[in-house]
Amino acid sequence: MSQRLDVRKTYKLYIGGKFPRSESGRSYVVTDAKGQFVANASRASRKDARDAVVAARAAFPAWSGATAYNRGQVLYRVAEVMEGRAEQFAGEVAAGEGLRLSQARSVVSAAIDRWVWYAGWTDKLSQVVGSTNPVAGPYFDFSIPEPTGIVAVLAPQDSSLLGLVSVLAPALAGGNVVVAVSSHLRPLPAITLAEAFATSDVPGGVVNLLTGGAAEIGPWLADHADVNAIDLTGTVGASEGDAAADVELARDLEVRAAGTLKRVRRPSHLAIQGGSPDWAAEPGLSRMTAFLETKTVWHPIGV
Amino acid sequence: MSKAPTAAVGFEYAPAPESRSIVDLRASYGLFINGEFVDGHGSSFKSISPATEEVLAEVAAADAADVDAAVRAARQAYNRTWSRLAPAERGKYLFRIARIVQERARELAVLESLDNGKPIRESRDVDVPLMAAHFFYYAGWADKLSYAGLGPDPKPLGVAAQIIPWNFPLLMLAWKIAPALAAGNTVVLKPAETTPLTALLFAEICQQADLPLGVVNIITGAGETGRALVEHPDVDKIAFTGSTEVGRQIARTAAGSRKKLTLELGGKAANIVFDDAPIDQAVEGIVNGIFFNQGHVCCAGSRLLVQESVAEELISSLQRRLKTLRVGDPLDKNTDVGAINSAEQLARIRELSDVGEEEGAVRWSPPCDLPDRGFWFPPTIFTDVSPAHRIAREEIFGPVLSVLTFRTPDEAVAKANNTPYGLSAGVWSDKGSRILAIASRLRAGVVWANTFNRFDPTSPFGGYKESGYGREGGRHGLAAYLAGNDGEA
Repeated sequence: MSQRLDVRKTYKLYIGGKFPRSESGRSYVVTDAKGQFVANASRASRKDARDAVVAARAAFPAWSGATAYNRGQVLYRVAEVMEGRAEQFAGEVAAGEGLRLSQARSVVSAAIDRWVWYAGWTDKLSQVVGSTNPVAGPYFDFSIPEPTGIVAVLAPQDSSLLGLVSVLAPALAGGNVVVAVSSHLRPLPAITLAEAFATSDVPGGVVNLLTGGAAEIGPWLADHADVNAIDLTGTVGASEGDAAADVELARDLEVRAAGTLKRVRRPSHLAIQGGSPDWAAEPGLSRMTAFLETKTVWHPIGV
Repeated sequence: MSKAPTAAVGFEYAPAPESRSIVDLRASYGLFINGEFVDGHGSSFKSISPATEEVLAEVAAADAADVDAAVRAARQAYNRTWSRLAPAERGKYLFRIARIVQERARELAVLESLDNGKPIRESRDVDVPLMAAHFFYYAGWADKLSYAGLGPDPKPLGVAAQIIPWNFPLLMLAWKIAPALAAGNTVVLKPAETTPLTALLFAEICQQADLPLGVVNIITGAGETGRALVEHPDVDKIAFTGSTEVGRQIARTAAGSRKKLTLELGGKAANIVFDDAPIDQAVEGIVNGIFFNQGHVCCAGSRLLVQESVAEELISSLQRRLKTLRVGDPLDKNTDVGAINSAEQLARIRELSDVGEEEGAVRWSPPCDLPDRGFWFPPTIFTDVSPAHRIAREEIFGPVLSVLTFRTPDEAVAKANNTPYGLSAGVWSDKGSRILAIASRLRAGVVWANTFNRFDPTSPFGGYKESGYGREGGRHGLAAYLAGNDGEA
């Protein structure tokens, strides 16, 4: 009796809730940590990036206008759906990051728990970072956080799932929509995560995931006038071992972002110095507040 | 039915000038570095009164070496004194400064009006009291930073480079210096080249307060001085208020560095009047929104969006009100609208107003006698403005209002948000639920409902989109000057 042949997965992009191949028709070989062939991933182009921005913009009003309670439940649902696919994630993380399966399982658990952590933040952010302001006059004056808009995220190169979730979830929790470029060498968990999005309650277009090179796609996102913010975390390691080129990429993207005064989250100092951020640590607020605007409203008090 | 008065009733006002004698102007001013006034090595320049073109003083310009000396003084003060001082003592210096500002309020107000051209009524009742309030507010934060929501032990950044515009010289100075010092930073501040004098008077206040040497350094000069300051490698933080174009350049310069950046840039605020708004109150708000400080206000309500059904009534009320505005001597206590700050700004306002006419908008100004000398522009309203007109898109930064109309709330929101800016907006309506709904849909950092151009040290201020990033005022304003230890991964 012949052995059954695996049905392999075709890894595609995730744009507007759909899974298209790159419009460029390009793909690239993804290997495991030992260099063995694993899959061909789509290599996203600038046109894919623009399509993703269009999809994100279309999704922004409903997502940013959803109640915080609703957003929390939607993010929690991502954790639920991931839990059911935990073994698949663990296999991809183990292969891509060269971890033992047991280590990979704990990374996946941490990634799932991170969604739960951020899901719980959606309806608390406004109370923690907002304020009522005791102005010296007859006015009711309050400040509330609002999402910045479309956040372009260059996801971490090393931590392909936990790092990815750790940069996506905070932007989404605040009500932003995201166009993310996955880890270049380890893109598979990103696309499996996209499948979790597609089968959960995250509306199409709220998260868009591109696989390919941060150095190739990043400049188009940094220049794009309809992108409101950019997270440069994934510039570290983007040039595959050339740290000086990473630093120059981050600088170039920041210069481009200045053209439309995008909010920029620079790669962390730790990462620039060659260390790796501790993705397992409790995150804090800064990745949420980086992509929040503060709106202050004044209203007279009187009759 | 009696006929409504159509023109300003002919009250004659006798001149009521505030005395200049309270201000002790020196013939020339140096740079304030490390607690003393020193000569600058750039080519000095003259600061003039925009109302009379009279030269007020000769002011030193800082060249790159002077900038370096100022940054070094700030660094040394940071390392040796300011960062070692008990936070409560730091706060007490700021309280002391707030008190001296109050004590010398009239002097500050008169000099501000002289150098800037703004009416004494505003410098006396708005700029200077708010300046004192800002120092008083942030003084209290100095020993309470662990409660600011930035983690248990937030740290100052170090040396802050601060560049401020000419429209509110003292108030912008306070918005910059008070939170920076409260958070434990030291500063090098550059006032605008057309309005340097009150910042130099503030330097004397720092001396009177016995503020440790080098904690506040004031350097004067034009764009080159600012560039040298922004590019200085030993600066940890850049805070800039000014034009969006310069803001972009600064963001490019700071790219790839460790320098933290906050930018408060231009605006083209929509002031939206619904048909249920109290019209007389709205007219006052519109006037305050665009003619306050000659319209030299980044958050000015320069686009009036009025619901079609009340447009005619509102515009005629507005025109009637404009006929009562008194334009003239900034030091006169009855003056409503003062002088345009500079010849350059006047040229820009004239140019854009001419473009408004060429593009087909209808221009109207009340009859008003403008002084022969100085820089003046009458309060001006453009009607029949389309969203594509340059006067509806570009920041004029002068007493010029563009009036557009709308029919539905959706159209009002779409038109209001149809701008790369997002600093402020106004909403006028008697219906609270409508105000909150519209306010939540406006992409702007400050929304004034049934009021306009209100400011308070406790109230965060700053823009969305190309109006910049970061907030000034309130607890939020501290974040610009502190490194949180909260989630740096």
